[in-house]
Amino acid sequence: MSHDHHHDHDHSELSETELRVRALETILTEKGYVEPAALDAIIQAYETKIGPHNGARVVAKAWTDPAFKKALLEDGSKAIGTLGHVSRVGDHLVVVENTPQRHNMVVCTLCSCYPWEMLGLPPVWYKAAPYRSRAVKDPRGVLADFDVTLPKDMEIRVWDSTAETRFLVLPMRPAGTEGWSEEQLAELVTRDSMIGTGFPRTPGAPS
Amino acid sequence: MNGVHDMGGMDGFGKVEPEPNEPMFHAHWEERVLAMVRAMGAAGAYNIDTSRFYRETLPPDVYLSSSYYRKWFLGLEEMLIAKGYLTREDVAAGHAVRPAKALKHGKFDLANVERVMVRGKFDRPAPAPPRFKIGDRVRAKNIHPATHTRLPRYVRGHVGVVELNHGCHVFPDSAAIERGENPQWLYTVVFEGRELWGPDGDPTTKVSIDAFEPYLDPV
Repeated sequence: MSHDHHHDHDHSELSETELRVRALETILTEKGYVEPAALDAIIQAYETKIGPHNGARVVAKAWTDPAFKKALLEDGSKAIGTLGHVSRVGDHLVVVENTPQRHNMVVCTLCSCYPWEMLGLPPVWYKAAPYRSRAVKDPRGVLADFDVTLPKDMEIRVWDSTAETRFLVLPMRPAGTEGWSEEQLAELVTRDSMIGTGFPRTPGAPS
Repeated sequence: MNGVHDMGGMDGFGKVEPEPNEPMFHAHWEERVLAMVRAMGAAGAYNIDTSRFYRETLPPDVYLSSSYYRKWFLGLEEMLIAKGYLTREDVAAGHAVRPAKALKHGKFDLANVERVMVRGKFDRPAPAPPRFKIGDRVRAKNIHPATHTRLPRYVRGHVGVVELNHGCHVFPDSAAIERGENPQWLYTVVFEGRELWGPDGDPTTKVSIDAFEPYLDPV
């Protein structure tokens, strides 16, 4: 049976999609394919175990530990695997470094491929037509939608995630953070800075 | 297939609109759809490439006007019917009125949850040495398969440079239509903006795709 305890609606009319989704879960449960409690557990895992805090810890460590940064750029999955405290990641994670000469940006033009272990589930804009269509043709225009402006001569490299490889951007460490701890630095790392549509927070700016 | 999902380079979709403090889900049913898609895949009803193909085969007007998780739901329902795990009679009744079909990995229960949260492995032993090496110039083939492919239209016919070799991976074009994993070498191939978009393209832009070897010809 579907999970009525989850459904506290403040409106009486359920959407067509919602009704159909509930019916499908009922059928899959009645057929013995899925256990609703296992579906609950999947959702809970997505809500608690993954998220940009994982990516932020990786970035902050790369900013403070040159040997780790080198290993991370050589083999992202392997390097992250050495950090016991970070969520497990797939075998095909590629970390790409922003430099004063080059800015990296990640898209999936065909669907929604995204390093969810590092960043959580992708935001709606990442999965929607405006970003998917324009990121490869007009990346500067897309960045303007995020109020991001880059120097005119800076190279922009767009990574279209067309296979099971996943890409994580290593943003540049903000100025004025000399001597900061990994924990302090991780607070500056935003989700969008690891997609390439934003920058890390600067010290003292509101979070 | 040349579907509307293959959006790279299309115009007219407007501005990107980030939502401040976006919640993980916008409705309760979205969570259930995500969980059902993951659970039925883990139980062996389909592979990830097949599930992408079913979303791509939604009618273009439905694809473009449906939210992300509605597309997932519509694709899931059609795929389960096509694979025999669900019937239209079940859907019409809102209950299981036809017998179940055995799942390859059995019922998805609590013991399987951890498995879903670990990304699958897609690299496979290589059946042959790679045809290309780092630095080789390659042309993306001008091919238009009617079934699932991961070669986006905007690179077809264009010349790029092999930048990375990711090893041999499951070939989505085969796996999506259940013709086996057919492992192929996978490369990151980078294209100049002007090669893709012509003289009006941004000269500071480079775009890469991850391309399976059968997508590429030597230049």
